[in-house]
Amino acid sequence: MEYLFSHFNYVVVIVLMMTGLYVVFASRNLIKKLVGLSTFQTSVFFLYITLGKVASGQPPILEKDPSSKSGYDEHTAFIDPVQLAASGDTYILPGQGSEILYSNPLPHVLILTAIVVGVATLAIGLALTVRIREVYQTIEMDAIEQQDFQYNLEGIER
Amino acid sequence: MDWLSTHAVAFAIVLPLLMAAVVAMLPNVKRLAWLVALLVAVFVAVAASVVLQTQAGLGEIIYEMGGWEPPYGISLRIDALNAPILLLIAAMAVATLIYAEPAVASEVEGRRSGPFYAAFLLCVAGLMGMVVTGDAFNVFVFLEVSSISTYTLVAMGANRDRRALSAAFNYLILGSIGATFFVIGVGFLYAETGTLNMEDMRSILANLDGGSRVAQVAFGFIVVGLGLKLAMFPLHTWLPGAYAYSPTLVTAFLASTATKAALYLLYRFCFTVFDPSFDYVAAVLTYIVTGLAVTGMIFCSLQALFQTDARRTLAFSSVAQVGYMLLGIGILTVAGLAGGYLHLINHAVVKGGLFLALGAMWYRFGITRISDMAGLSKTMPITTAAFTVLAFSLIGVPFTAGFVSKVALAEAAAAKGWWWAVGVIMVTSILALFYMGRMMMVAYFRDPPTVDGVAWKRNEAPALMLIPIVGLAILSILIGMRGNVFLTDIAENAAWVMLPGSGL
Repeated sequence: MEYLFSHFNYVVVIVLMMTGLYVVFASRNLIKKLVGLSTFQTSVFFLYITLGKVASGQPPILEKDPSSKSGYDEHTAFIDPVQLAASGDTYILPGQGSEILYSNPLPHVLILTAIVVGVATLAIGLALTVRIREVYQTIEMDAIEQQDFQYNLEGIER
Repeated sequence: MDWLSTHAVAFAIVLPLLMAAVVAMLPNVKRLAWLVALLVAVFVAVAASVVLQTQAGLGEIIYEMGGWEPPYGISLRIDALNAPILLLIAAMAVATLIYAEPAVASEVEGRRSGPFYAAFLLCVAGLMGMVVTGDAFNVFVFLEVSSISTYTLVAMGANRDRRALSAAFNYLILGSIGATFFVIGVGFLYAETGTLNMEDMRSILANLDGGSRVAQVAFGFIVVGLGLKLAMFPLHTWLPGAYAYSPTLVTAFLASTATKAALYLLYRFCFTVFDPSFDYVAAVLTYIVTGLAVTGMIFCSLQALFQTDARRTLAFSSVAQVGYMLLGIGILTVAGLAGGYLHLINHAVVKGGLFLALGAMWYRFGITRISDMAGLSKTMPITTAAFTVLAFSLIGVPFTAGFVSKVALAEAAAAKGWWWAVGVIMVTSILALFYMGRMMMVAYFRDPPTVDGVAWKRNEAPALMLIPIVGLAILSILIGMRGNVFLTDIAENAAWVMLPGSGL
């Protein structure tokens, strides 16, 4: 039980993932299928973000170094010198060798991309649903398959 | 020239990606969008052949996108495994685009032709990207770029046959699930290795020696995700609908490139990220992939026999042919992989040509059913001749492309002692003879239908359609006659990249 709570995020991920996948396959309504698909994809976003989070870590944002007014230390080596010259202050990047824990920013960046992909997929899916509704007058999978079957029997008119 | 050979890889992706936006916004002048798209495809093909040449000289090219070093930035990685596929995709894009002008004019609404070519170029960019990139997450992004544009391309068949809409929807659902499975796998790999660069992943996984549960889970997700994309046997249900109802050139392009690029990714992940010397990888490839491949070969060949729609027949045949390529993976020897790789290239050429020929038949006579193909040898002799050559190549008649790769595969299976696999290859080839023969019989031995007492007259496809169809037919014979000269080397080099130690 304690194990479950300490891995709470993963429990959420698994529940969402399975719910989404079940809805995609179990429902026969096109919109509901898309809802399930989105839920499924969202669970992956959670998974990635959970991977990136470090316990008691802070956001990986540059901080002004209070101790040193001038010059570089090893932590500032990554910082653009132009930025330093403009502000006149030095910054520290929490990272390897520094005392500050920070969360991994990379998964967040990846997930921003994945969210865009998910939105695009959903948009195409909804657009297709609109077109299907126009042509078939229904968005129920069963009715569509019924009509397609009829269409097959009658042959293709040109 | 030096500059071009350095940056050709980036060109192959960036050019179609940028020009897609331009093509979408072009004014609706007759043929303008087509001309621009064709020019872009030709440039991309030139870039791809430059890449292939450079790769042949250097062995491996690593191109750092934007000058960022691999652990931080995204690198493009070209070796003997993906350079030929890059050229294959570009060449098929050119072939289908030459064919596109009359086809799109008749199948897609006039005002939609600009967006159609834009989506096509996006699809090309996505496929190119997923083939060349050396970054696991980048693969997902390009995979989705190509997939999402493919969904719209398939749906554009609705102008001709409304079932394209429900087919596109099914493809969207299953394709997205596949891509999401893949990205879950990449996430687990990232959690295990802390890197997204495939080369780094490989070295870290090699140190783990297959002992990691997370890596095993990642492998499972990646294989299932890619299996959906490449239409591995029980995961192929999206394919027949999408191939049968999309616009004809989209079918030809998808059949010859989309599943092939996904199959390349399976090669990439199974052999150069994971390693078949890991127990779980070898077990999955030997038992599960081979089993599904063989089942798919038999089952889908049988299903192809019972279709009334010509393009559905070829679609089921495509799933069966994917089985051959997967069997090549399952054999797990250099010879087997080379055979599978050879079959990948041959099948792209052959199936692309067959779908183009069927498209030309639709263009002239509105033929979709096999029973309507009556008398085509008289009404469209050149197209039917090319179709016949390509059909023989699909069956595996000697002196055609299919023969070379099927023999290579059968030899590899026999060398491993898998005589049952040789038997399966024989049986499915005979089944192919039946389902392709059915079309040939109707086309050659029945008289053209008569309308109001007048038989259909000879009405050959336009030249723009004939060029790629005949070209691909000639290419398939060339491969059959001289394939052992140039293609076998390419396939073997690719196989050596996959199994460098060849300890297996």
